[in-house]
Amino acid sequence: MKTVHKILWGIAGIITAFSIYSCKPSGPKEAITGDAASRAYVAPGKYDEFYNIVSGGFNGQIGVYGLPSGRLLKIIPVFSTFTENGYGYSEESKPMLNTANGFVPWDDLHHISLSTTNGEHDGRWAFANGNNTPRVARVDLKTFKTVEILEIPNSGGNHSSPYITENTEYVVASTRFSVPIGNNLDVPISSFKENFKGTVSFIKVDTSGHMNIAFQLITPGVSFDLARAGKGPSHGWFFFSTYNTEQAYTLLEVNASQKDKDFIMAVNWKKAEEYIKAGKGKSVKTKYAHNTLDESTHLSSSKILEEVLQLDPAELKDILYFIPCPKSPHGCDVDPSGEYIVASGKLAATIPVFSFTKLMDAISKKDFEGDFAGIPVVKYESALYGEVPKPGLGPLHTEFDEKGNAYTSMFVSSEIVKWNVKDLKVLDRVPTYYSIGHLSVPGGPTRKPHGKYVVAYNKITKDRYLPTGPELTQSAQLYDISGDKMKLILDFPTNGEPHYAESIPAEMLMPKSQKIYKLEDNKHPYAALGEGKTKVERKGNEVHVYMTAIRSHLTPDNIEGIKQGDDVYFHVTNLEQDWDVPHGFAIKGANNAEILIMPGETQTLKWKADRIGVFPFYCTDFCSALHQEMQGYARVSAPGSNVPTKYSTGKIEDQTTGADQ
Amino acid sequence: MKKLFHLVILFAMLASCGNEKPKEEKADDGYGDYETPETPKKVDEGRGLGEVKEVTLKTPLEQDRIGRGLAIYEMKCQACHKLNDQRVVGPGWKDITTRRKPEWIMNMITNVDVMLDKDPEAQKLLELCLMRMPNQNVSVGDARDILEFMRQNDGEK
Repeated sequence: MKTVHKILWGIAGIITAFSIYSCKPSGPKEAITGDAASRAYVAPGKYDEFYNIVSGGFNGQIGVYGLPSGRLLKIIPVFSTFTENGYGYSEESKPMLNTANGFVPWDDLHHISLSTTNGEHDGRWAFANGNNTPRVARVDLKTFKTVEILEIPNSGGNHSSPYITENTEYVVASTRFSVPIGNNLDVPISSFKENFKGTVSFIKVDTSGHMNIAFQLITPGVSFDLARAGKGPSHGWFFFSTYNTEQAYTLLEVNASQKDKDFIMAVNWKKAEEYIKAGKGKSVKTKYAHNTLDESTHLSSSKILEEVLQLDPAELKDILYFIPCPKSPHGCDVDPSGEYIVASGKLAATIPVFSFTKLMDAISKKDFEGDFAGIPVVKYESALYGEVPKPGLGPLHTEFDEKGNAYTSMFVSSEIVKWNVKDLKVLDRVPTYYSIGHLSVPGGPTRKPHGKYVVAYNKITKDRYLPTGPELTQSAQLYDISGDKMKLILDFPTNGEPHYAESIPAEMLMPKSQKIYKLEDNKHPYAALGEGKTKVERKGNEVHVYMTAIRSHLTPDNIEGIKQGDDVYFHVTNLEQDWDVPHGFAIKGANNAEILIMPGETQTLKWKADRIGVFPFYCTDFCSALHQEMQGYARVSAPGSNVPTKYSTGKIEDQTTGADQ
Repeated sequence: MKKLFHLVILFAMLASCGNEKPKEEKADDGYGDYETPETPKKVDEGRGLGEVKEVTLKTPLEQDRIGRGLAIYEMKCQACHKLNDQRVVGPGWKDITTRRKPEWIMNMITNVDVMLDKDPEAQKLLELCLMRMPNQNVSVGDARDILEFMRQNDGEK
C-alpha cells in the first residue's frame, strides 16, 4: 500500500511539474500542451500568412498552398497540359509547349526560384525547371500564369536549375545527363569520357522578365545536381554540385559512387561576361524553342532559335574551379551572408561547409591539388570552413533562418537537423514521416529569410493518410521553428511529387494579384468586345465563331451552316468585368478539352465538325442562377448541302422552315 | 481518503491552469479592407448609394460623351440591356432617365454590389430579373458618359 501511495505521489509530482511547465506562455516544452492544431489553424474567411509555391514533380505543374494551413489554393499548369482550364489545348496556349521536338505535353518540374532584388524576394516571378525535355519556365505572380518557356539546347536533363543570381540577372540551367553535343552526335555510349559534355546555360532575364540564353559553358562530362548563386560578398559567383565525376555511363548506382570525393563547381560568371564582351564566345548552330505569352492579345507564340553562344572554360581560364566534396554531393546551398557554402554529400558522414573568403584566397594563391579535364581543382582543406560532425544519414538540402541557423534534410535517417552555421554544432533534430527530400524555410535561400517555419517535402507517405490503393498521396509537413526546438504542427497532402518549394509572405503578392483582364485592353485578334461584335466567318473550311459569354447566355447560341469536315474555332470572350466570374465553354465530342475564360479574356477552342448533326455547347463553370440555361446548339450539315451560314441569340424562327417570324 | 485529497489538489492545479486561456492570437492580417466596398450609412431618396452624390445635366447634350458612352455600352452592357423597353437579362433602357435619378443610374453602374444589397429599388429589380447585375468595372467618368448616351436614347437633344 505504501509503495502504491509513493507511486501516486510521484505521478502527482510529475503531472504537477508538467502542468506548471504548460502554464508558461511559450517555451521549448510546448509540445506537451498540444496546441499544434491552433498554430496551423487559419479560421474560415482568414488568410494564410505565406504563399507556398511548390513544384509538382512528375505532374509538370506548380501547386500554390497557404501556410500555415496547408490549404491548396491553385494548380498552375506549366509543362503539362491541363484539361481543367484548357492549358495546352486552347489555340492560345498550345505554342507554350512547343519545343525543337514539336509539341511536348509533359515534363518533370523539380525546382522553384522566386525572383529577388538585392538577394531578397521581390514577388515578381516564379521560375521552374523542366527536367526531361530541358526547359525553364517563368510564371507571373500577378496572374499566376505561365507566361514564358525557354528550351535549353545541348542539354540532357535540366535538373540543376532554375537557380537565380541575387538581382535575377541570370537563371541557370545545367545538365544532369551529359550528352554528346555539336555535330558529333552518333557516338558509342562507351565513348562517354571523350564525347560527352556537360553544359551550364546562363539565361539572362531582362527587367520585363524575358529570358534569353546569354551563354553556355562547356564542361567536362559530369552530372550537375543542384546549384545556388553567391550573394552579398560572393555575388558574381555561382556554385554547382556534381556527381558522377567517375564519368560512368552504366549502373551509376555503383559506378558513380566510387570516388571519395566529387566536386562543387565554382563559376565566376562575371569573368564569363568579360569573355563574352571581349568576343570570345563561339556562336554554335542548334535549335531550341522560345515561347512567350502576350498578355494583351492573350496569345502565346513560339519561335525556334538557331544559335547559342558558347564558352570553353578549359581554354578560357579563371571561369571554372572545382572543389572536392565528399561522396556525391546533392544540395549546394549558400547561407544568407553569402560567405558559407553548404554541400551535402548524400553518402557522406559529415556536412562540409566551405568559406567563400578561403576559396578566393586559395584561388589567388593557386592552391590547387591538380586539375580535372583541364579545370583546376582547389585543395579541399584550403576552401573548407569546417565540417558538421555526425549530422545524420543522407544529408540532401540545407535552408537557413534569420538567426544564423541551418536546417538540413536527412533522407536516410528521415529527419531535419538544425545546426548553427558559425560553430557547426547540431542544435536539434526532428523526425519526418518519411524520407524527406527537399525542405523549405520561407525566404530560406535569400539574404533575408522570413523564418518561422520549415516545411519538409517527403518522398514516402506510407501510413500517414487513409490508404487509396497502391498509389498514395504525396505529402509535406510543417514545423514551427520560432522557438529553440522544431515542432511538427501539420501534415498536408500535396499534388504531384513535391521537390523544391519556396514561400513568400502573403502581403508581398496579395495587393497586386490581378482580378480581371480589362476589356479595353483586350487586343486578341478574334475578340468580340461586345455582343454587337459577335459573328461567324467562314475562311475556306475554317469557321470562326466570335462568341461572347456573360451571365447567363452565349452569343451566338444558334449556329448553322457548318459543314462536315470543317474546323470550327470558338473564340469566346468573357464580357464580365467582375472578379471571380469565369465562364467555361465545352462542346459535345470535342477531342481536346474545355476552356475556362477569365473575365475580359478571350480563349479559343478548336472543334472538328466530323459528323452531321446538332451539337450542344454550354458554359461549364457555374456562374449564376441561370447557369444551367447558358447553352446553345451548333448544326453540322453535309458537305454539299446549301444550309447558309447563320447565327443568332434570342431569335425565334418558324418551326419548320427556319424562316424569320 | 488521503489519495483522494491528493487528486483534488492535482485537479485544482490543472484546472487553474486550464482556465488560463491561451492568448488568442490577433492575426494582424492587414487585408481586412481588401476588396470590401465601402457601405454608405444612409439610403438617399432615389439617388442610390455610392460615390455619386450630385450630377449636373446640361442641355443640349454633350456630344463627345454620347460617343464614348455608346462605345462602352456596346462592349460592356449590350449583352443584357436593349435600347427599347424589352427586358432580356436586365431591363431595357428606354425611358430609364425619366424613371430614375441620374445619381441612381450612375451609382447602380459603379457600385452595383452595394446597391443590390442595400438599395430597395435595386433589390426590386433583382427580384424581377433574378440575376445580379455584374460589376463591369466602369469608372464614374465612364458611367457619366453612359448616362449621356441614355439621355439621347430617351430622345433628349
